[in-house]
Amino acid sequence: MQYLPNIIFLLILVAGVGYFTYNIKKVIRNIKLGLPVSVSDKAERWANVGRIAIGQSKMVVRPVSGALHIVVYLGFVIMNIEMLEIIIDGLFGTHRIFSSYLGGLYGVLIGTFEILAVLVFVSVIVFWIRRNIVKIKRFMSKEMTGWPKNDGNTILYFEMVLMGLFLTMNATDVHFQEMNNGNVISQYIAGWFSGVEVGTLHIIERAAWWIHITGILIFLNYLYFSKHLHIMLAFPNVFFGRVTPKGQFKNNEAVTKEVKMMMDPNVDPFAAPPAGEEQAVPAKFGASDVMDLSQVQLLNAYTCTECGRCTSDCPANITGKKLSPRKIMMDTRDRLEEVGKNIDANKGVFVPDNKQLLGDYISEEELWACTSCNACVEACPVSIDPLSIIMEMRQYLVMEKSAAPNELNVTMTNIENNGAPWPFNQQDRLNWSQE
Amino acid sequence: MSETIKVPTMAEYMAQGKQPEVLFWVGCAGSFDDRAKKITKAFVKLLNNAGVDFAVLGTEESCTGDPAKRAGNEFLFQMQAVTNIEVMNAYEVKKVVTACPHCFNTINNEYPQLGGNYEVMHHTQFLKSLMNEGRLKVEGGKFKGKRITFHDPCYLGRANGEYEAPRDLLRKLEVELVEMKRCKTKGLCCGAGGAQMFKEPEPGTKDINIERTQEAIEAKPEVIAAGCPFCNTMMTDGVKGENKEGEIEVMDVAEMIATAQDL
Ligand code: SF4
Ligand code: SF4
Repeated sequence: MQYLPNIIFLLILVAGVGYFTYNIKKVIRNIKLGLPVSVSDKAERWANVGRIAIGQSKMVVRPVSGALHIVVYLGFVIMNIEMLEIIIDGLFGTHRIFSSYLGGLYGVLIGTFEILAVLVFVSVIVFWIRRNIVKIKRFMSKEMTGWPKNDGNTILYFEMVLMGLFLTMNATDVHFQEMNNGNVISQYIAGWFSGVEVGTLHIIERAAWWIHITGILIFLNYLYFSKHLHIMLAFPNVFFGRVTPKGQFKNNEAVTKEVKMMMDPNVDPFAAPPAGEEQAVPAKFGASDVMDLSQVQLLNAYTCTECGRCTSDCPANITGKKLSPRKIMMDTRDRLEEVGKNIDANKGVFVPDNKQLLGDYISEEELWACTSCNACVEACPVSIDPLSIIMEMRQYLVMEKSAAPNELNVTMTNIENNGAPWPFNQQDRLNWSQE
Repeated sequence: MSETIKVPTMAEYMAQGKQPEVLFWVGCAGSFDDRAKKITKAFVKLLNNAGVDFAVLGTEESCTGDPAKRAGNEFLFQMQAVTNIEVMNAYEVKKVVTACPHCFNTINNEYPQLGGNYEVMHHTQFLKSLMNEGRLKVEGGKFKGKRITFHDPCYLGRANGEYEAPRDLLRKLEVELVEMKRCKTKGLCCGAGGAQMFKEPEPGTKDINIERTQEAIEAKPEVIAAGCPFCNTMMTDGVKGENKEGEIEVMDVAEMIATAQDL
């Protein structure tokens, strides 16, 4: 029986990490439903990870939320060191194992964690106020009702509780307070418990310790269901983010092959493809569902933090159009999850469900409102590219469904016949020089 | 604007067995749109004045395909691109300058994958290099001390990271350069990109060009400087919509330099 706490700890740990791993594997499988991408320019990509992901360079474009986010981010990263001690203590029944090895350094570490805990606590409260009392516009959009709204707040509550538990557990730890090494904040909180007898204190300390570690494991598992997945995916997502100029839109290679063939006078367009060579024409031009998107675009969808920086800079959204680049990303993730569940329910194969991303999630009206201005791409702190999804869905609409707005059909006919989007004659193209 | 301008074509150069220094890609707006034609001519005057050895494709030029690609018609885009590339490669074009950021972006970024590799410059970049080489005089004149705000074209700014060339030229014009609240990386689109120029906007509460023009008006400029024929149209319409025609002019940076020099 002596080892019961150790065994319980081990079980909780295995269950927490196990279920998390199970879900992350699903995320990876779902992302792999997308089209593969080849990546070059590795050096530049690593530099981006350093600058944008680790260095948070795009977060600080908005100084208030940027600074607060850096506090929470640093708190999160640095305080994870403490997790190591908690796990060793839990597994081996030790108590503050590092304190006996690190001496003064232990105090420095725990002292830092305590200060960070307070800073994170305060930042999270400010975040909550911004969302719920100040009601900052970008958190109030149509797509931010229901689950996305609750999700945002749930994370904040989680963080408040976890920070509170960490400080309580330190404050009620008689041994730690006696050490007087690193209790920079908790010594004051300990004062609140001055009348409490040692036995009760110990119970509170143990309770806080257990709820804290269990809470962390629950939080870990919550990530998969939340926009908070970005705390992990932001790093690979930035790595795979675009390194070419934002104005360079993807070249559709399948179309290139067709065009080259049409332009080459030596090719007989009616000839059968040489034996053994696959028909180059793909099943479909552009994208109507998540499987038509690339793995990077799907990773983008899981990474989106729903911060709305893209949408609040989008000229279409600002002027009241339905388009919201954040919604494009949220829809893509929701549809991808739906497809994933379909695969789970059907023993690993996707059974067509008469639904798709286009139409059932994203409307044509949204797609046609985009000016391709790249404001959303520029604004995204984690290098997401909503514009690329919009453009590929337009391509599907036009090339597969001939469903462009009528004025655009006229424009395209003009380009085809006159070499200009207006009905002017190409032979008059130099007339301006004589006018 | 009646004095003669010299606009040689690539075909004429070829006939003389010569190569110009640079190909001036005029673009559809620059060739056909009445407002944009003025920009084209102002730019040609600057080229003539600086003694630049340039040529145009004239009737051999065709739409780059930008609006087709952004409207989703990749096939039409590539047909246009491949046709244009064939023409340019036949003339052994090395360097291209254009007064349209959309043409600039497309030829610079999207033609290489289809076999068209050229050094491409936006006209503000080209004018800046002429100025630096001492071939082009850019100085105050009429605009000295005037309040000017520059509207960043999406396809020059965010799409290609060029924010300074037009501003450097404006500073040389000794203007009082004022920025709008949303400028450079945060610059708000005029509403024309992504083939929006050619269709009615989706239902909303406001037109994008009005939103942008109102922001420009807040900066209290005498001239809204532009670097794109489509932005120019959008902002001109916006200024009219806000009944500010008498007070605020919308001018291309090239037009301003030409006007300052009394060309
Ligand atoms: S590129 Fe399209 S979606 Fe993105 S900000 Fe511009 S208009 Fe909005
Ligand atoms: S796409 Fe980027 S900017 Fe937009 S909501 Fe998601 S994380 Fe924020």
